[in-house]
Amino acid sequence: MIEVKHLTKVYGEARGIEDINFTMERGEIMGFLGPNGAGKTTTMRILTCFMPATSGTAKVAGYDVFEDSLNVRRRIGYLPETVPLYTDMQVPAYLKYVAGLKDVPWKKIKSRVGRVMEQVGLSHMAHKYIGELSKGYRQRVGLGQALINDPEVLILDEPTIGLDPQQIIEIRSLIKGLSGDRTIILSSHVLPEVSMLCGRVIIIDEGKLKAIDTPENLVAKLQASDSVKARISGPADSVISALKGIEGVKKVESSGAVGSSGEYVVEFVRGFNGSHLLARVAVERKWDLYELTPIKMSLEDIFIHIVTDEDSSL
Amino acid sequence: MRNFFFIFAKETKSYFNSPVAFVVLTIFSALTGYYFYNIFASFSTLSFQAQTNPALINQYGAFNVTEFVIRPFFGIVSVVMLIIMPMLTMRSFAEEKKTGTMELLLTFPVRDSEAILGKFAGCMGIFAIMLGLSFPAMLLVEYFGDPEWAVIATGYIGLIMMGAAFISLGIFMSSITENQIIAAVLSFASLMILYMVGYTAGLAGEMVGRVLEYISFSFHYEKFARGVVDTSDVVYYLLFTIMFLFLSMRSLESKRWRG
Ligand SMILES: Nc1ncnc2c1ncn2[C@@H]1O[C@H](COP(=O)(O)OP(=O)(O)OP(=O)(O)O)[C@@H](O)[C@H]1O
Ligand SMILES: [Mg+2]
Repeated sequence: MIEVKHLTKVYGEARGIEDINFTMERGEIMGFLGPNGAGKTTTMRILTCFMPATSGTAKVAGYDVFEDSLNVRRRIGYLPETVPLYTDMQVPAYLKYVAGLKDVPWKKIKSRVGRVMEQVGLSHMAHKYIGELSKGYRQRVGLGQALINDPEVLILDEPTIGLDPQQIIEIRSLIKGLSGDRTIILSSHVLPEVSMLCGRVIIIDEGKLKAIDTPENLVAKLQASDSVKARISGPADSVISALKGIEGVKKVESSGAVGSSGEYVVEFVRGFNGSHLLARVAVERKWDLYELTPIKMSLEDIFIHIVTDEDSSL
Repeated sequence: MRNFFFIFAKETKSYFNSPVAFVVLTIFSALTGYYFYNIFASFSTLSFQAQTNPALINQYGAFNVTEFVIRPFFGIVSVVMLIIMPMLTMRSFAEEKKTGTMELLLTFPVRDSEAILGKFAGCMGIFAIMLGLSFPAMLLVEYFGDPEWAVIATGYIGLIMMGAAFISLGIFMSSITENQIIAAVLSFASLMILYMVGYTAGLAGEMVGRVLEYISFSFHYEKFARGVVDTSDVVYYLLFTIMFLFLSMRSLESKRWRG
């Protein structure tokens, strides 16, 4: 449904994105993760035909975004990051306008507008001018205009930003409910949201694609660089130096003390689990080993890991 | 066609939702109305005096209301248009760029030409209302005098064509910047130059003079004001309008290119 090849965008001197590649099947939900300035919005703007790439190609629903932009634009719904709306229009009038421009048949415009207003929870705002709405409700109007033509592809740039927790839950379940046949790309800084909604995640940093996989796989892959938590009795200094001496240990940190024993976080090099060596060392030194548990990484950890570690491209 | 209609309707509505339409229409009516009142009053005073003082007739020639009121009135309307049109057109694309709504407009399945023509038609609509507001003056003249309706008709046709040219230039200026003030100043300055350049024609050499005359707005309006529709004038205004609509299209395209 979406096919991105070697997509690169250069803004004058500045870097936008660099050699982004991915493909998406119909019905997939993809999450874009990345710190500020990573290039998420840039990628989306190219996919929505707002601006052309410097090089590389992108196809949406089988049409090239540059060669065949009109056909692409007929099939997408786009919620830009800034949610730009005409503040001097009333909500239904605005949605009717967008419905008109997005080829909703004349006879269906009215019912479509009513349906979408209900869907995004705007029915009681029908008499308001957009300029009078709060940020969260504007966000809903933005989402509403993206949905108005029931598009095959939805591209949502930070769709839940600025919403209250109740609304966030509603909008998330709305997005979840929209999936099925629809292909959705969304960007977010809220990681649990991404792992909850998205079948796959792309991590972008400094314009480059750092990782692309399901949230579970990303976690599993990084889990391979096992960290364990160990609770060991014994003098902290010598425990730390002994642990550091173990083969394959990358880092040892003391994370506090419980009674007479200390807690340590031991990180092994990726793909190597030396828990058994650790246990052996403790026994040899006649220290008591109270606890030895692998540390599970959240998507948050992975995100931090990928965007801060030089050697961690997956 | 459909997109054109939706954009046209939306533009017209938003002119009336904001104070722009009212301000523009009020200023136009006030300025032209004031001028009309003065000129019509002095005409009636003069012609009243002429009944008792035939010397005046020798001085001014026959008192012809078309000559004395209608023609100067159209002249002043075109000058007021020069000031007012940039205020009407300045927002068309500049505002959309500034507020970011351009990002959505450009990702809707709308051709650039449809967007531009929709906005053009929106401005033409307001302009038509503007001209409509000046029409009661003509009826007043008809009530008190005996104007030549052929001249009135060609005068209006000329104004409409000139207005279309002003609007297309204004829309182009609005498409190259995101600052409405800059758009307005640029349009005003270029309209002013194009309006005045005909007056310098006499000072320049023969060849240059002819060229200057040909590109000036005022030169091409003269015949309309005398009741003559000359193809070359019509062609001038049409070409001018089409050229700037086309340039606006290129400007939107290049915005896409540059990103
Ligand atoms: N119009 C522009 N002109 C010049 N540089 C730009 C422009 N838009 C974006 N950039 C640059 O491109 C890079 C990527 O920006 P982008 O907006 O895509 O980031 P993002 O991932 O969406 O960030 P955020 O999480 O803050 O929304 C940034 O370094 C930014 O400075
Ligand atoms: Mg962004």
